[in-house]
Amino acid sequence: MSQSNAYSATAEVGQLRERRSRWETIKLELRKAPISAWFGFIVIGCYLFVALFSPLLAPHGEAEIFKTPFAPWDAKHILGTDQIGRDVFSRLIYGATNTIGIALATTLLSFLIGGGLGLAAAITGGWLDQLLSRFVDVLMAIPSLIFALMLLTIFGSSIFSLICIIAVLDSTRVFRLTRSVAINVTVMDYVEAAKLRGEKLGWIMRREILPNIMPPLIAEFGLRFSFVFLTIAALSFLGLGIQPPTADWGSMVRDNASMIQFAKYDITAAMTPMIPAAAIALLTVAVNFVVDWFLHKTSGLNDEH
Amino acid sequence: MMSTDNNDTKNTGSADENGQKGDILLEMRDVHIDGFSDEKWHHIVKGVDLTLRRGEVMGLIGESGAGKSTLGLAAMGFAQPGCKIVSGTIKFDGMELTKASENEKRALWGSRIAYVAQSAAASFNPAHRLIDQTVESTVNSGIRSLEEAQADARTLYASLQLPDAENIGDRYPHQVSGGQLQRMMTAMAMSSRPDLIIFDEPTTALDVTTQVEVLVAMRDIVERFNTAAIYITHDLAVVAQMADFIKVLRYGNEVEEAETRQMLTAPKEEYTKSLWSVRALTKPEETSDDVVIEIKNVDAAYGGSVKVLHDINIKLPRGRTVAVVGESGSGKSTTARVITGLLPPMTGEVQFNGEVLPKALKDRSKDQLQRIQMIYQMADTAMNPRHTIAEIIGRPLEFYHDLSGKAKQDRILELLHLIELDQTFYDRIPSELSGGQKQRVCIARALAAEPDVIICDEVTSALDQIVQEGILQLLLRLQRELGISYLFITHDIATVQAISDEIVVMYQGAVVEQGLKSEIMSPPYPEYTQLLLKSVPEMDPDWLTNLVDDRL
Repeated sequence: MSQSNAYSATAEVGQLRERRSRWETIKLELRKAPISAWFGFIVIGCYLFVALFSPLLAPHGEAEIFKTPFAPWDAKHILGTDQIGRDVFSRLIYGATNTIGIALATTLLSFLIGGGLGLAAAITGGWLDQLLSRFVDVLMAIPSLIFALMLLTIFGSSIFSLICIIAVLDSTRVFRLTRSVAINVTVMDYVEAAKLRGEKLGWIMRREILPNIMPPLIAEFGLRFSFVFLTIAALSFLGLGIQPPTADWGSMVRDNASMIQFAKYDITAAMTPMIPAAAIALLTVAVNFVVDWFLHKTSGLNDEH
Repeated sequence: MMSTDNNDTKNTGSADENGQKGDILLEMRDVHIDGFSDEKWHHIVKGVDLTLRRGEVMGLIGESGAGKSTLGLAAMGFAQPGCKIVSGTIKFDGMELTKASENEKRALWGSRIAYVAQSAAASFNPAHRLIDQTVESTVNSGIRSLEEAQADARTLYASLQLPDAENIGDRYPHQVSGGQLQRMMTAMAMSSRPDLIIFDEPTTALDVTTQVEVLVAMRDIVERFNTAAIYITHDLAVVAQMADFIKVLRYGNEVEEAETRQMLTAPKEEYTKSLWSVRALTKPEETSDDVVIEIKNVDAAYGGSVKVLHDINIKLPRGRTVAVVGESGSGKSTTARVITGLLPPMTGEVQFNGEVLPKALKDRSKDQLQRIQMIYQMADTAMNPRHTIAEIIGRPLEFYHDLSGKAKQDRILELLHLIELDQTFYDRIPSELSGGQKQRVCIARALAAEPDVIICDEVTSALDQIVQEGILQLLLRLQRELGISYLFITHDIATVQAISDEIVVMYQGAVVEQGLKSEIMSPPYPEYTQLLLKSVPEMDPDWLTNLVDDRL
């Protein structure tokens, strides 16, 4: 009994030390991070906060319709109302949840597909690799926005098909990246050692290769997220993305785009469609700042001593 | 031949203008160098003095991390990124290099001081022809015109015994062999007739048979042009051939310095003696009729077309060590791949304990996989850098023996103890270990499977001599205690002497002979075995000279 106590104690101490040292390295890296990365972190943090707590933060409902369409900015409607009288500020907040949520789900799905297939292709090689790579070449040869529009017309633009279609189209790039970085790792002796031990493909993918190719994949995740975000906004702007009454930033720009021409009478009215556009731009810039810093840190090119 | 002689006199002429043999060329006093890692500055070189005269060759030896290369580069006034020369003076031909500007130093480099790196393949630009790279710095610094320099390069190629000296320079780096490329690099260093050449482990990556050619060529050319040189290596036998005097470094300090013969016969310091004693390790040979692995009439090819193994027959007796020797490309490692199933043979079979093993890895049972384990040359790449030592050693335990929890932890600690490491290694990651410790962990991983046979693929080649000895002794002890059989692939004859019972000599994908160590190592030899044995440097300063005389 006493022995088992002693054992768990040492194990715990070991774990604790390990965990703290990892946390310390993260803190150390963060302290050295440049101002742009900090800006990115803070902006992303704010967006996530708004996205998570949108029902609490929004003063009005997502699809609640008021009497006056195109109401000017005032105390009741901070950013006025849109063409059918919905509160723009509330829709902006709900839009964060929808747009970020869908973009995140899409990016995760595209990494699951592209990353999984890329790893499998790199490890297995041979005809599987050839087949997948050529298929991806074909997919990439078609302009993705037009392809997405076509597929959305065929399958109908529900949120589910939107996520699937963009994820599949974007997974081609993830596939290429994963395959190319994983191929450098698959030739290492430790992968051969795992094969000799009789390990299954799944274990080699998850435990031997994935931890060693994480940095480029995380960086790519940030970039992909930005692109997916822009694609969704673009599709919504074109009318085939997220459908009303669900609020999202791309369609908010489209719905109120005509208000820009009133700039000479009321500058705030012209601002109304610009604000969701700015929200998209700001998040994209913030994500890129963080990705830039992360890439710089992990590329090993920062040795300036 | 005429032109070479011509060249010789020309150079002696220019040496007369610059200085006489025996003048002090390089003088380093109390040099301290710091390196930056883990957010801190560490001392790498801690106050070393060094004096080199014109025409002298100094050998710089020590284990890795001793500061040899850092000191060698400092002789050029250069510190690698992440290093800085903190204090001390470095005088090259009267010029103070620590105070010289970057441009002044750059003017010296490539024209008066040249550097020959360990990996020639990594040092040549693959996109340019060899001769253009050979003469580049000579032409750029205005020592010779392009035509002169190219003509001179061809003579240098000839005197370095490169084949087809007239045209070999028109090739690209990938079109010549590793040994030829290393000689090319020597020609590149020689092209400007520098006063000082720094050789940084120039033959470490080469086969013994190739190494001899390169050593002869380098020594010959250094002598002929009366160049001073610093020769950095961890191979004592090589330095014995090249150097006039030897300096031993350890942990950034000088251990001792003496003239080569004196250093070899009567080293003063304990540490130097221990360096010398490594080669004294031997094992009495034994054999056994109980064969654990038998390779029968194996032919193998890569991609179904390039045949690399021809009718291989090897027997591995139980509890014994069979060393497979041969130069690179002789099929040693391919044989290992056939045994492990990574490369299924075209014809022939591999028998394990009397039963035929399935040819391909995927057809073998877990039990068959567990019985044959492998240890690799590069311990760095054989362990996943993201796994802890406990994960690395623990995986075979849970995979083959279904151990988990406390039983697994206890067994890991037991294995750590077996390889002479303590439990503080338990949750470290490979990058926190030294080369020898890493190789020990790889041995523990193989042992964790409780195998009958371990295939050791050049396991000591990447290690320093002292560390090598430790690993070899560990392997010998484990064999005695656990009765494991080793198939030991190596090109180092000293290692073979130390560990093997039987020897298999391979050449161009075929077995030249197999037999007891004493039979193979004594005459009469087949032709290739003789060449191989003769190419192994001995700890005798006259060995290379005698070898060259024998050939003439």
